[in-house]
Amino acid sequence: MNIDTKTEEFHHVHAAHCENGVTTALLRYHGLDFMTEPLAFGMGSGLFYIQIPFLTINNGPAISFRTMPGAIFKRTCRALGVEVTRNKFSDPAKAQSFLDKKINDGVPVGCQVGVFHLTYFPKEYRFHFNAHNLIVYGRDDDRYQISDPIMEEVTSLSAEELSRVRFAQGPLAPKGHIYFPERVGVITDDLIRKGIIKGIKRNVRDMISIPGNFAGVNGIRYTSNNIRKWRDKLGLKKAGLYLGQIVRMQEEIGTGGGGFRFLYGAFLEEAAAYLQDDRLIGISEEFTKSGDMWRASAIQMAGVYKGRLTEQQSFDEIADRLLQIRSVEKEAFLKLSKLNLGK
Amino acid sequence: MKKEDLPQEPGALSRLTRELCYVKNEDGKYETALSKGWDIKKEALDSAWVEVNDRVEEARKAVANGEKSPVYYFMELNLMDLAVLSGYTGFFVFFIKRHLKPSVFSSLSDKKLEKYAKAFDITVDELKNFKG
Repeated sequence: MNIDTKTEEFHHVHAAHCENGVTTALLRYHGLDFMTEPLAFGMGSGLFYIQIPFLTINNGPAISFRTMPGAIFKRTCRALGVEVTRNKFSDPAKAQSFLDKKINDGVPVGCQVGVFHLTYFPKEYRFHFNAHNLIVYGRDDDRYQISDPIMEEVTSLSAEELSRVRFAQGPLAPKGHIYFPERVGVITDDLIRKGIIKGIKRNVRDMISIPGNFAGVNGIRYTSNNIRKWRDKLGLKKAGLYLGQIVRMQEEIGTGGGGFRFLYGAFLEEAAAYLQDDRLIGISEEFTKSGDMWRASAIQMAGVYKGRLTEQQSFDEIADRLLQIRSVEKEAFLKLSKLNLGK
Repeated sequence: MKKEDLPQEPGALSRLTRELCYVKNEDGKYETALSKGWDIKKEALDSAWVEVNDRVEEARKAVANGEKSPVYYFMELNLMDLAVLSGYTGFFVFFIKRHLKPSVFSSLSDKKLEKYAKAFDITVDELKNFKG
Protein backbone atom coordinates (compact mmCIF):
# COMPACT_ATOMS: atom_id res chain seq x y z
CA MET A 1 0.00 0.00 0.00
CA ASN A 2 1.49 3.28 -1.02
CA ILE A 3 -0.74 6.26 -0.76
CA ASP A 4 1.44 8.60 -2.75
CA THR A 5 1.80 6.49 -5.86
CA LYS A 6 -1.87 5.54 -5.69
CA THR A 7 -3.20 9.04 -5.37
CA GLU A 8 -0.98 10.25 -8.18
CA GLU A 9 -3.06 8.18 -10.54
CA PHE A 10 -6.14 10.21 -9.79
CA HIS A 11 -6.78 12.97 -12.30
CA HIS A 12 -8.95 15.93 -11.46
CA VAL A 13 -11.80 16.50 -13.91
CA HIS A 14 -13.19 20.00 -14.36
CA ALA A 15 -16.86 19.69 -15.29
CA ALA A 16 -19.93 21.82 -15.89
CA HIS A 17 -21.85 19.94 -13.21
CA CYS A 18 -20.61 18.39 -9.99
CA GLU A 19 -22.22 14.96 -10.11
CA ASN A 20 -21.25 14.41 -13.76
CA GLY A 21 -17.72 15.43 -12.87
CA VAL A 22 -17.48 13.08 -9.89
CA THR A 23 -18.91 10.21 -11.94
CA THR A 24 -16.52 10.87 -14.83
CA ALA A 25 -13.41 11.26 -12.68
CA LEU A 26 -14.11 8.18 -10.53
CA LEU A 27 -14.87 5.97 -13.53
CA ARG A 28 -11.78 7.20 -15.37
CA TYR A 29 -9.73 6.45 -12.29
CA HIS A 30 -11.04 2.89 -12.50
CA GLY A 31 -9.82 2.57 -16.06
CA LEU A 32 -12.84 3.75 -18.05
CA ASP A 33 -10.80 6.16 -20.13
CA PHE A 34 -13.61 6.70 -22.63
CA MET A 35 -15.84 8.32 -20.01
CA THR A 36 -16.69 11.99 -20.60
CA GLU A 37 -19.01 14.35 -18.84
CA PRO A 38 -21.65 14.35 -21.63
CA LEU A 39 -21.59 10.56 -21.75
CA ALA A 40 -22.09 10.24 -17.98
CA PHE A 41 -24.89 12.80 -18.15
CA GLY A 42 -26.65 11.06 -21.03
CA MET A 43 -26.26 7.49 -19.77
CA GLY A 44 -27.55 8.70 -16.43
CA SER A 45 -30.56 10.37 -18.12
CA GLY A 46 -29.62 13.61 -16.43
CA LEU A 47 -31.87 16.03 -18.30
CA PHE A 48 -35.08 16.84 -16.53
CA TYR A 49 -37.47 19.57 -15.49
CA ILE A 50 -39.63 19.80 -12.41
CA GLN A 51 -41.33 22.49 -10.41
CA ILE A 52 -42.48 21.01 -7.13
CA PRO A 53 -45.91 22.51 -6.39
CA PHE A 54 -46.46 24.51 -3.19
CA LEU A 55 -42.86 24.10 -2.11
CA THR A 56 -40.52 27.05 -1.79
CA ILE A 57 -36.77 26.86 -1.38
CA ASN A 58 -34.82 29.88 -0.16
CA ASN A 59 -38.13 31.76 -0.41
CA GLY A 60 -38.60 31.05 -4.10
CA PRO A 61 -40.05 28.37 -6.39
CA ALA A 62 -38.56 24.88 -6.13
CA ILE A 63 -37.38 24.16 -9.65
CA SER A 64 -34.84 21.68 -10.91
CA PHE A 65 -33.45 21.25 -14.41
CA ARG A 66 -31.84 17.92 -13.70
CA THR A 67 -32.72 14.51 -12.38
CA MET A 68 -32.60 13.48 -8.70
CA PRO A 69 -29.28 13.86 -6.89
CA GLY A 70 -27.30 10.63 -7.04
CA ALA A 71 -29.20 9.23 -10.02
CA ILE A 72 -26.59 10.07 -12.66
CA PHE A 73 -23.82 8.23 -10.82
CA LYS A 74 -26.05 5.27 -10.00
CA ARG A 75 -27.51 4.81 -13.46
CA THR A 76 -24.28 5.31 -15.39
CA CYS A 77 -22.44 2.80 -13.20
CA ARG A 78 -25.26 0.30 -13.44
CA ALA A 79 -25.46 0.58 -17.22
CA LEU A 80 -21.77 -0.32 -17.44
CA GLY A 81 -21.99 -3.15 -14.94
CA VAL A 82 -19.88 -1.24 -12.42
CA GLU A 83 -20.60 -2.29 -8.85
CA VAL A 84 -21.00 0.60 -6.49
CA THR A 85 -20.67 0.98 -2.74
CA ARG A 86 -22.58 3.73 -1.01
CA ASN A 87 -22.98 4.49 2.67
CA LYS A 88 -24.70 6.99 4.91
CA PHE A 89 -23.98 7.51 8.58
CA SER A 90 -25.67 8.88 11.64
CA ASP A 91 -22.37 9.30 13.49
CA PRO A 92 -19.80 11.74 12.04
CA ALA A 93 -16.93 9.87 13.75
CA LYS A 94 -17.90 6.65 11.98
CA ALA A 95 -18.25 8.51 8.71
CA GLN A 96 -14.75 9.86 9.06
CA SER A 97 -13.16 6.53 9.98
CA PHE A 98 -14.84 4.90 6.99
CA LEU A 99 -13.48 7.66 4.77
CA ASP A 100 -10.01 7.37 6.30
CA LYS A 101 -9.93 3.67 5.61
CA LYS A 102 -10.70 4.19 1.92
CA ILE A 103 -8.17 7.02 1.66
CA ASN A 104 -5.49 4.90 3.35
CA ASP A 105 -6.23 2.21 0.79
CA GLY A 106 -5.67 4.82 -1.90
CA VAL A 107 -9.26 4.80 -3.15
CA PRO A 108 -10.75 8.15 -4.25
CA VAL A 109 -14.36 8.49 -3.12
CA GLY A 110 -17.33 10.70 -3.93
CA CYS A 111 -18.96 12.65 -1.09
CA GLN A 112 -22.24 14.53 -1.02
CA VAL A 113 -21.86 17.82 0.84
CA GLY A 114 -23.73 20.99 1.75
CA VAL A 115 -22.26 24.25 0.48
CA PHE A 116 -23.27 26.56 3.34
CA HIS A 117 -20.14 25.72 5.32
CA LEU A 118 -17.93 24.91 2.35
CA THR A 119 -15.05 27.21 3.19
CA TYR A 120 -13.47 27.56 -0.23
CA PHE A 121 -16.75 28.66 -1.88
CA PRO A 122 -17.26 32.41 -2.24
CA LYS A 123 -19.65 33.62 0.45
CA GLU A 124 -22.20 34.76 -2.15
CA TYR A 125 -22.70 31.13 -3.16
CA ARG A 126 -23.09 29.68 0.29
CA PHE A 127 -26.79 28.97 0.63
CA HIS A 128 -28.20 25.87 2.32
CA PHE A 129 -27.86 23.67 -0.73
CA ASN A 130 -27.04 20.09 0.20
CA ALA A 131 -26.64 18.26 -3.09
CA HIS A 132 -23.13 19.31 -4.03
CA ASN A 133 -20.63 16.55 -4.82
CA LEU A 134 -16.87 16.37 -4.57
CA ILE A 135 -14.12 13.76 -4.51
CA VAL A 136 -11.74 13.12 -1.63
CA TYR A 137 -8.64 11.57 -3.19
CA GLY A 138 -5.96 11.71 -0.54
CA ARG A 139 -4.74 13.12 2.72
CA ASP A 140 -1.82 15.38 3.38
CA ASP A 141 -1.12 15.51 7.15
CA ASP A 142 -4.41 16.70 8.56
CA ARG A 143 -5.83 18.08 5.33
CA TYR A 144 -7.96 16.09 2.94
CA GLN A 145 -7.18 16.54 -0.74
CA ILE A 146 -10.33 17.58 -2.55
CA SER A 147 -11.20 17.44 -6.21
CA ASP A 148 -14.27 19.63 -6.67
CA PRO A 149 -15.45 19.21 -10.28
CA ILE A 150 -16.67 22.78 -10.62
CA MET A 151 -13.15 24.08 -10.02
CA GLU A 152 -10.23 24.36 -12.40
CA GLU A 153 -7.79 23.17 -9.74
CA VAL A 154 -7.86 20.80 -6.78
CA THR A 155 -8.12 22.11 -3.22
CA SER A 156 -8.13 20.84 0.36
CA LEU A 157 -10.21 20.83 3.56
CA SER A 158 -9.38 20.15 7.20
CA ALA A 159 -10.98 17.13 8.86
CA GLU A 160 -13.32 19.41 10.75
CA GLU A 161 -14.33 21.40 7.65
CA LEU A 162 -15.00 18.23 5.70
CA SER A 163 -17.03 16.64 8.47
CA ARG A 164 -19.11 19.77 8.77
CA VAL A 165 -20.14 19.85 5.11
CA ARG A 166 -20.73 16.08 5.06
CA PHE A 167 -23.15 16.53 7.93
CA ALA A 168 -24.90 19.65 6.70
CA GLN A 169 -28.56 19.76 7.77
CA GLY A 170 -31.83 20.66 6.08
CA PRO A 171 -33.48 19.36 2.90
CA LEU A 172 -31.44 16.61 1.19
CA ALA A 173 -29.10 16.41 4.19
CA PRO A 174 -26.11 14.34 3.03
CA LYS A 175 -25.73 12.30 6.27
CA GLY A 176 -22.12 11.61 5.40
CA HIS A 177 -23.12 10.05 2.07
CA ILE A 178 -20.04 8.45 0.50
CA TYR A 179 -19.95 6.48 -2.74
CA PHE A 180 -17.42 4.90 -5.08
CA PRO A 181 -17.11 2.20 -7.74
CA GLU A 182 -16.26 -1.09 -6.08
CA ARG A 183 -15.68 -3.47 -8.98
CA VAL A 184 -15.39 -2.87 -12.70
CA GLY A 185 -15.91 -5.71 -15.16
CA VAL A 186 -15.06 -5.94 -18.84
CA ILE A 187 -16.57 -3.06 -20.73
CA THR A 188 -17.22 -3.67 -24.39
CA ASP A 189 -18.32 -1.17 -27.02
CA ASP A 190 -21.56 -3.06 -27.15
CA LEU A 191 -22.15 -2.43 -23.45
CA ILE A 192 -21.48 1.28 -23.96
CA ARG A 193 -23.92 1.40 -26.88
CA LYS A 194 -26.59 -0.36 -24.83
CA GLY A 195 -26.00 2.06 -21.97
CA ILE A 196 -26.40 5.03 -24.30
CA ILE A 197 -29.65 3.69 -25.74
CA LYS A 198 -31.03 2.91 -22.32
CA GLY A 199 -30.08 6.36 -21.08
CA ILE A 200 -31.86 8.02 -24.01
CA LYS A 201 -35.00 5.92 -23.64
CA ARG A 202 -35.25 6.58 -19.93
CA ASN A 203 -34.79 10.29 -20.56
CA VAL A 204 -37.56 10.24 -23.16
CA ARG A 205 -39.82 8.55 -20.64
CA ASP A 206 -38.96 11.03 -17.86
CA MET A 207 -39.56 14.07 -20.03
CA ILE A 208 -42.58 12.92 -22.05
CA SER A 209 -44.52 10.25 -20.16
CA ILE A 210 -44.09 11.15 -16.52
CA PRO A 211 -47.51 11.45 -14.85
CA GLY A 212 -48.72 14.75 -13.45
CA ASN A 213 -48.51 18.23 -14.88
CA PHE A 214 -45.50 19.64 -13.05
CA ALA A 215 -42.63 17.43 -14.28
CA GLY A 216 -41.02 16.67 -17.62
CA VAL A 217 -41.85 18.92 -20.56
CA ASN A 218 -45.27 19.58 -19.01
CA GLY A 219 -43.51 20.98 -15.97
CA ILE A 220 -42.20 23.80 -18.16
CA ARG A 221 -45.83 24.65 -19.01
CA TYR A 222 -46.70 24.47 -15.31
CA THR A 223 -44.05 27.09 -14.54
CA SER A 224 -45.18 29.14 -17.54
CA ASN A 225 -48.73 29.22 -16.14
CA ASN A 226 -47.38 30.22 -12.76
CA ILE A 227 -45.33 33.08 -14.17
CA ARG A 228 -48.40 34.63 -15.81
CA LYS A 229 -50.02 34.96 -12.39
CA TRP A 230 -47.02 36.03 -10.34
CA ARG A 231 -47.22 39.77 -10.97
CA ASP A 232 -50.79 40.04 -9.65
CA LYS A 233 -50.49 37.37 -7.01
CA LEU A 234 -47.10 38.19 -5.49
CA GLY A 235 -46.51 41.79 -6.41
CA LEU A 236 -43.74 43.01 -8.65
CA LYS A 237 -40.92 42.75 -6.13
CA LYS A 238 -41.55 39.17 -5.09
CA ALA A 239 -42.34 38.13 -8.66
CA GLY A 240 -38.94 39.51 -9.67
CA LEU A 241 -37.24 37.53 -6.91
CA TYR A 242 -39.02 34.38 -8.06
CA LEU A 243 -37.78 34.93 -11.62
CA GLY A 244 -34.30 35.56 -10.23
CA GLN A 245 -34.48 32.22 -8.50
CA ILE A 246 -35.42 30.53 -11.77
CA VAL A 247 -32.40 32.09 -13.43
CA ARG A 248 -30.15 30.98 -10.59
CA MET A 249 -31.52 27.45 -10.73
CA GLN A 250 -31.18 27.59 -14.49
CA GLU A 251 -27.78 29.10 -15.08
CA GLU A 252 -25.81 28.82 -11.88
CA ILE A 253 -23.06 26.42 -11.34
CA GLY A 254 -24.15 22.94 -10.36
CA THR A 255 -27.60 23.41 -11.79
CA GLY A 256 -27.26 24.96 -15.23
CA GLY A 257 -30.62 24.54 -16.99
CA GLY A 258 -29.60 26.16 -20.25
CA GLY A 259 -26.20 24.57 -19.77
CA PHE A 260 -27.76 21.16 -19.30
CA ARG A 261 -29.42 21.43 -22.70
CA PHE A 262 -26.04 22.09 -24.33
CA LEU A 263 -24.61 19.19 -22.38
CA TYR A 264 -27.35 16.94 -23.71
CA GLY A 265 -26.62 18.19 -27.21
CA ALA A 266 -22.97 17.27 -26.71
CA PHE A 267 -24.04 13.84 -25.44
CA LEU A 268 -26.16 13.17 -28.54
CA GLU A 269 -23.20 14.17 -30.70
CA GLU A 270 -21.06 11.56 -28.92
CA ALA A 271 -23.93 9.07 -29.07
CA ALA A 272 -24.15 9.56 -32.85
CA ALA A 273 -20.52 8.47 -33.16
CA TYR A 274 -20.92 5.43 -30.89
CA LEU A 275 -24.13 4.31 -32.59
CA GLN A 276 -23.01 5.44 -36.05
CA ASP A 277 -26.35 7.14 -36.43
CA ASP A 278 -26.30 10.63 -37.93
CA ARG A 279 -29.94 11.23 -37.12
CA LEU A 280 -28.82 12.00 -33.58
CA ILE A 281 -26.77 14.96 -34.82
CA GLY A 282 -29.93 16.63 -36.10
CA ILE A 283 -31.67 16.12 -32.77
CA SER A 284 -28.59 17.40 -30.96
CA GLU A 285 -29.14 20.68 -32.81
CA GLU A 286 -32.62 20.95 -31.31
CA PHE A 287 -31.25 20.74 -27.80
CA THR A 288 -28.74 23.43 -28.68
CA LYS A 289 -31.68 25.54 -29.80
CA SER A 290 -33.50 24.84 -26.54
CA GLY A 291 -30.42 25.82 -24.53
CA ASP A 292 -30.18 29.08 -26.46
CA MET A 293 -33.87 29.74 -25.79
CA TRP A 294 -33.43 29.16 -22.05
CA ARG A 295 -30.63 31.69 -22.06
CA ALA A 296 -32.71 34.20 -23.98
CA SER A 297 -35.53 33.78 -21.47
CA ALA A 298 -33.04 34.37 -18.64
CA ILE A 299 -32.10 37.70 -20.21
CA GLN A 300 -35.74 38.74 -20.28
CA MET A 301 -36.31 37.56 -16.69
CA ALA A 302 -33.31 39.66 -15.69
CA GLY A 303 -35.16 42.66 -17.10
CA VAL A 304 -37.82 42.10 -14.45
CA TYR A 305 -35.59 41.59 -11.43
CA LYS A 306 -33.48 44.55 -12.45
CA GLY A 307 -36.66 46.60 -12.44
CA ARG A 308 -36.51 47.52 -16.13
CA LEU A 309 -39.55 45.47 -17.15
CA THR A 310 -42.61 46.00 -14.98
CA GLU A 311 -45.69 45.33 -17.12
CA GLN A 312 -47.82 42.21 -17.19
CA GLN A 313 -46.96 42.01 -20.87
CA SER A 314 -43.36 41.11 -19.98
CA PHE A 315 -44.54 38.30 -17.73
CA ASP A 316 -46.74 37.02 -20.54
CA GLU A 317 -43.83 37.17 -22.97
CA ILE A 318 -41.63 35.20 -20.60
CA ALA A 319 -44.41 32.65 -20.11
CA ASP A 320 -44.81 32.37 -23.89
CA ARG A 321 -41.09 31.78 -24.30
CA LEU A 322 -41.29 28.90 -21.86
CA LEU A 323 -44.15 27.39 -23.86
CA GLN A 324 -41.99 27.59 -26.97
CA ILE A 325 -39.15 25.89 -25.15
CA ARG A 326 -41.55 23.20 -24.05
CA SER A 327 -42.61 22.47 -27.60
CA VAL A 328 -39.00 22.40 -28.86
CA GLU A 329 -38.01 19.93 -26.15
CA LYS A 330 -41.15 17.86 -26.55
CA GLU A 331 -40.57 17.62 -30.29
CA ALA A 332 -36.93 16.65 -29.79
CA PHE A 333 -37.76 13.90 -27.30
CA LEU A 334 -40.57 12.59 -29.51
CA LYS A 335 -38.08 12.36 -32.35
CA LEU A 336 -35.70 10.47 -30.10
CA SER A 337 -38.44 8.03 -29.15
CA LYS A 338 -39.34 7.45 -32.81
CA LEU A 339 -35.77 6.51 -33.75
CA ASN A 340 -36.33 3.00 -32.43
CA LEU A 341 -32.76 2.88 -31.23
CA GLY A 342 -31.39 -0.58 -30.64
CA LYS A 343 -33.92 -2.21 -32.90
CA MET B 1 -24.36 28.73 -27.87
CA LYS B 2 -21.41 29.55 -30.07
CA LYS B 3 -17.97 29.69 -28.54
CA GLU B 4 -17.52 33.36 -29.39
CA ASP B 5 -20.80 34.20 -27.62
CA LEU B 6 -19.71 32.74 -24.29
CA PRO B 7 -19.88 35.62 -21.78
CA GLN B 8 -16.75 36.61 -19.88
CA GLU B 9 -18.25 38.91 -17.27
CA PRO B 10 -16.65 38.24 -13.87
CA GLY B 11 -18.92 37.58 -10.88
CA ALA B 12 -18.36 36.30 -7.34
CA LEU B 13 -17.44 32.82 -8.55
CA SER B 14 -14.59 34.11 -10.68
CA ARG B 15 -12.64 34.68 -7.47
CA LEU B 16 -12.55 30.90 -7.11
CA THR B 17 -12.67 29.47 -10.59
CA ARG B 18 -13.83 29.81 -14.15
CA GLU B 19 -16.81 27.72 -15.20
CA LEU B 20 -16.68 24.97 -17.76
CA CYS B 21 -19.30 25.31 -20.49
CA TYR B 22 -20.29 23.32 -23.55
CA VAL B 23 -20.23 25.47 -26.67
CA LYS B 24 -20.28 25.06 -30.44
CA ASN B 25 -17.00 25.59 -32.27
CA GLU B 26 -16.49 26.89 -35.83
CA ASP B 27 -17.20 23.43 -37.26
CA GLY B 28 -20.55 23.25 -35.49
CA LYS B 29 -19.25 20.63 -33.07
CA TYR B 30 -19.44 20.73 -29.29
CA GLU B 31 -16.37 21.50 -27.27
CA THR B 32 -15.69 22.90 -23.83
CA ALA B 33 -14.71 26.46 -23.01
CA LEU B 34 -14.15 28.44 -19.82
CA SER B 35 -16.31 31.36 -18.76
CA LYS B 36 -15.52 34.01 -16.16
CA GLY B 37 -19.24 34.60 -15.57
CA TRP B 38 -22.35 36.20 -16.95
CA ASP B 39 -23.93 39.46 -15.77
CA ILE B 40 -27.45 38.01 -16.02
CA LYS B 41 -26.51 35.42 -13.39
CA LYS B 42 -24.60 37.90 -11.31
CA GLU B 43 -27.64 40.16 -11.13
CA ALA B 44 -29.90 37.26 -10.13
CA LEU B 45 -27.51 36.41 -7.31
CA ASP B 46 -27.21 40.06 -6.31
CA SER B 47 -30.98 40.44 -6.12
CA ALA B 48 -31.20 37.31 -3.95
CA TRP B 49 -28.71 38.90 -1.55
CA VAL B 50 -30.57 42.19 -1.47
CA GLU B 51 -33.59 40.18 -0.38
CA VAL B 52 -31.57 38.27 2.24
CA ASN B 53 -30.18 41.52 3.65
CA ASP B 54 -33.67 43.04 3.78
CA ARG B 55 -34.94 40.06 5.73
CA VAL B 56 -32.02 40.24 8.16
CA GLU B 57 -32.63 43.95 8.71
CA GLU B 58 -36.34 43.35 9.35
CA ALA B 59 -35.47 40.58 11.78
CA ARG B 60 -33.09 42.92 13.60
CA LYS B 61 -35.84 45.50 13.97
CA ALA B 62 -38.29 42.87 15.19
CA VAL B 63 -35.84 41.87 17.93
CA ALA B 64 -35.15 45.51 18.83
CA ASN B 65 -38.90 46.12 19.15
CA GLY B 66 -39.34 43.10 21.37
CA GLU B 67 -41.51 41.25 18.83
CA LYS B 68 -39.11 38.38 18.19
CA SER B 69 -36.34 36.61 20.05
CA PRO B 70 -32.68 36.68 18.93
CA VAL B 71 -33.15 33.17 17.51
CA TYR B 72 -35.20 34.75 14.75
CA TYR B 73 -32.49 37.25 13.85
CA PHE B 74 -29.70 34.69 13.77
CA MET B 75 -31.85 32.27 11.80
CA GLU B 76 -32.30 34.91 9.09
CA LEU B 77 -28.66 35.96 9.32
CA ASN B 78 -27.63 32.37 8.62
CA LEU B 79 -30.06 32.08 5.69
CA MET B 80 -31.92 29.36 7.52
CA ASP B 81 -35.59 28.52 7.61
CA LEU B 82 -37.35 26.54 10.34
CA ALA B 83 -36.62 23.20 8.68
CA VAL B 84 -32.89 23.88 8.34
CA LEU B 85 -32.63 25.21 11.89
CA SER B 86 -34.51 22.15 13.11
CA GLY B 87 -31.89 20.00 11.40
CA TYR B 88 -28.97 21.82 13.03
CA THR B 89 -30.45 22.00 16.54
CA GLY B 90 -32.45 18.79 16.72
CA PHE B 91 -35.48 20.78 17.98
CA PHE B 92 -38.84 20.18 16.35
CA VAL B 93 -40.19 23.08 14.27
CA PHE B 94 -43.09 23.42 16.70
CA PHE B 95 -40.69 24.21 19.55
CA ILE B 96 -38.51 26.53 17.48
CA LYS B 97 -41.59 28.59 16.64
CA ARG B 98 -42.18 29.00 20.38
CA HIS B 99 -38.56 29.93 20.96
CA LEU B 100 -38.98 32.81 18.52
CA LYS B 101 -41.17 34.52 21.13
CA PRO B 102 -39.11 36.74 23.44
CA SER B 103 -41.05 35.59 26.52
CA VAL B 104 -40.35 31.91 25.84
CA PHE B 105 -36.76 32.61 24.77
CA SER B 106 -35.93 34.32 28.06
CA SER B 107 -36.81 31.19 29.99
CA LEU B 108 -34.73 28.79 27.86
CA SER B 109 -32.08 26.73 29.64
CA ASP B 110 -28.41 27.22 28.80
CA LYS B 111 -28.38 23.72 27.40
CA LYS B 112 -30.96 24.65 24.79
CA LEU B 113 -29.31 27.98 24.10
CA GLU B 114 -26.07 26.11 23.55
CA LYS B 115 -27.65 24.17 20.69
CA TYR B 116 -28.80 27.37 19.01
CA ALA B 117 -25.43 29.04 19.56
CA LYS B 118 -23.68 26.09 17.96
CA ALA B 119 -26.01 26.14 14.96
CA PHE B 120 -25.34 29.86 14.51
CA ASP B 121 -21.57 29.65 15.15
CA ILE B 122 -21.74 32.12 18.06
CA THR B 123 -21.45 31.97 21.85
CA VAL B 124 -24.40 31.63 24.23
CA ASP B 125 -23.63 35.12 25.52
CA GLU B 126 -23.79 36.63 22.05
CA LEU B 127 -27.14 34.94 21.53
CA LYS B 128 -28.60 35.95 24.89
CA ASN B 129 -27.39 39.52 24.76
CA PHE B 130 -28.40 40.37 21.21
CA LYS B 131 -30.70 43.37 21.49
CA GLY B 132 -31.22 44.16 17.81
